[in-house]
Amino acid sequence: MEQGPAGAAGLRLLLSDAEQQRYSELFALCCPEGGSPAPAAGGSKVGDLFRASQLPADTLCQITELCGAKRVGYFGPAQFYVALKLIAAAQSGLPVRIESIKSELPLPRFMAVKNDVEMRYGNAAEIHGVKFQIPPATLEKNSFRKPDEGDKQQETKSPPMSPMCSPPASPSNYQRIHLSYGYGKPRSGLEQPHGVPYEARHATHQQEGPAIGNYGSKSALVHSSLSQALAAEKEPHDSSNYPDDPWRITEEQQEYYINQFKSLQPDLHSFISGSVAKNFFTKSKLPIPELSHIWELSDVDCDGALTLPEFCAAFHLIVARKNGYPLPDVLPETLLPDYLAPASLKPKCDCALLDSYPESLPVSQQTRDFNRTETSVVEVLDNSALTQDAISDDNQALNISTAAKTIPKDFKPCQYWSVKTVAQELNTLKARPRSRSYSSTSIEDAVKRGEEPPTPPPRPQKSHSRASSLDLNKIFQQSTQAVKSVWLPPPPALPPRPLVSQQGPHHATNTEPAAPAKSSYVEFRLQEQTKQVSEIELHPQMNRVPSQTEESSPTKKEILLTQPPSKPIRRKFRPENQMLESQELTPSLSVTSSLPAVKPHLPVQKPSSKQKKAIQTAIRKNKEANAVLARLNSELQQQLKEVHKERIALESQLEQFRPVTVL
Amino acid sequence: MAVCIAVIAKENYPLYIRSIPTENELKFHYTVHTSLDVVDEKISAMGKALVDQRELYLGLLYPTEDYKVYGYMTNSKVKFVMVVDSSNTALRDNEIRSMFRKLHNSYTDVMCNPFYNPGDCIHSRAFDNMVTSMMMQVC
Repeated sequence: MEQGPAGAAGLRLLLSDAEQQRYSELFALCCPEGGSPAPAAGGSKVGDLFRASQLPADTLCQITELCGAKRVGYFGPAQFYVALKLIAAAQSGLPVRIESIKSELPLPRFMAVKNDVEMRYGNAAEIHGVKFQIPPATLEKNSFRKPDEGDKQQETKSPPMSPMCSPPASPSNYQRIHLSYGYGKPRSGLEQPHGVPYEARHATHQQEGPAIGNYGSKSALVHSSLSQALAAEKEPHDSSNYPDDPWRITEEQQEYYINQFKSLQPDLHSFISGSVAKNFFTKSKLPIPELSHIWELSDVDCDGALTLPEFCAAFHLIVARKNGYPLPDVLPETLLPDYLAPASLKPKCDCALLDSYPESLPVSQQTRDFNRTETSVVEVLDNSALTQDAISDDNQALNISTAAKTIPKDFKPCQYWSVKTVAQELNTLKARPRSRSYSSTSIEDAVKRGEEPPTPPPRPQKSHSRASSLDLNKIFQQSTQAVKSVWLPPPPALPPRPLVSQQGPHHATNTEPAAPAKSSYVEFRLQEQTKQVSEIELHPQMNRVPSQTEESSPTKKEILLTQPPSKPIRRKFRPENQMLESQELTPSLSVTSSLPAVKPHLPVQKPSSKQKKAIQTAIRKNKEANAVLARLNSELQQQLKEVHKERIALESQLEQFRPVTVL
Repeated sequence: MAVCIAVIAKENYPLYIRSIPTENELKFHYTVHTSLDVVDEKISAMGKALVDQRELYLGLLYPTEDYKVYGYMTNSKVKFVMVVDSSNTALRDNEIRSMFRKLHNSYTDVMCNPFYNPGDCIHSRAFDNMVTSMMMQVC
């Protein structure tokens, strides 16, 4: 695909080879002899050329304005090419606008221009005259058939027109040329065998072809041949009749892809997520940039997931790439999801034909997302206009060069380009229904439009996420519901200590006639303790056993004693040291375990105030713990990333070294 | 039409920068680099309270003699900076906004590609094509 010089007004103009050739020839014609430093077409010659296009004067004015020549003041190559394209658009019946020339168009036609170049197209002019008389109705009927129908039209028409042209090559040559020309798929030198099946099929058509003298019979012939073509086409279309086309998926390949899809995602109507697909395709050992490009090509709706047809397209591209085919710039039409979609859709046949028909692509694919049946009529009319031009182009191309190989290139980039622009349009179209909250450049507007930002994930409970036993969390949740007083989740490895310290007063209160809530609360504590430290198992027994009637003073002292040791313990909370501390403190635990048993008669306010203090300090500790853990997490993540990078580097080095060692 | 378009990551390094091929393209790189300060100024000027309601389009960052620089920052702190020729008076604010919107759309398409790791340079052809369409055409 070649790009013409960028058009005026920031227009990006893509020209096929034929167009490029033609335009450059015309431009050379119009350039003054002994050209000026900046090649510019002489105004008068350009004017003559434009008038030869037989467009009304005001259209020509529009064209000159649009192409920017008036703005710039002269017809530079960019302006000239844009103008030519606009002329082609106008001759095809499209409105004279920049958007018109973005679609695939035939070459512009200029009548009665006497120069060497045009003489060659003189026959083309006659053919145009011929062509115009072909009843549009015929074209309408058949224009929206299968994709190759267009090829057939061109093929069947050109032989009738051949008598008008300069003596053509043998009909078989014509067939071959037209087949490859019209087919327009990338071939890499496979046109000849490809043409053979066509020839076999069209032998019957071609018999009638050459025997024409007038247009009346021609139209009848077109009718019959087209109908035959239709009948012949319908059968082979679904089967892989183009074995040499690298971008067409064969039956076995399709089955294989579907099986692979099933292995990743059993539901054939659902998606494969991006990460799953990434892992799968990475196994193909293709370099990541190529895989990235393949993904770009195949994920047409850009949703980060692959449906079955998208997956088949991607897989096929990978297979092709592994076999040495260069990756295309746009997705070939045989790999489009709509083309590959299951044939169960009834309108698919007609619309697929429409879709893959080169010139109808811009129109039809736009409407593909919407109600196809409604717009089919519009498409038909457009196609009829376009097919007329297509036929003329064929003949022109024929006369231009008999080399078959260049011609497929014409259509290939044309199709690709049109597919690409269509895909772009599709994407832009699809972009609208996609909920993009930034399209209004403010979240408020997005909210107003009902596109709410996704609800944030639920806040994690204020419990330690790190390796804490599930029971702990459950207990914590239960206890928060059950108990109004703040039950602090103890740090994972330190539970015994605060438990122990707080347990005393709690148990003291518990031994008093306690509310059922508190008793259940204590039971939870008891359960928890049993799981964490085996020594704590002694607590329930010990706590229940001692009576409440012990002296308060010794208990107070003991409590005071217990408090100080527990406080420094709590302060020493560190993730790394937790286990050590817990081990250190377990002996102290056993000491303190005996003490809390002996805490009767503590006034109720005291434990509650101590409780509050303890709770607050525990809260602080937990927050610090959270911060530390978060920091640790981020550091570990960093390390993981670095290690990953190192690993990739090492792997690549290894691959580099491998072939050397083999030698 | 832009003279230079750049995509800057959150950490203020360029993910993608492209300017029209003139002599001394480096000046565009400098311009983009200095405009990052202005972006930060604008963001902090909006205040922390408005972080959620911040408008993505930042508007004209600063004009120089020959060029005007426009900025746009996404919610993930990825910045798009566009340098536009001052002599092109036909460009209005709405057009700049629409260009940024297209940029943002293409950027999210690039992000959707699972083979693209956030923080890598952008090599997507679709993105390139879109940017080319927005750049000034040098005849």
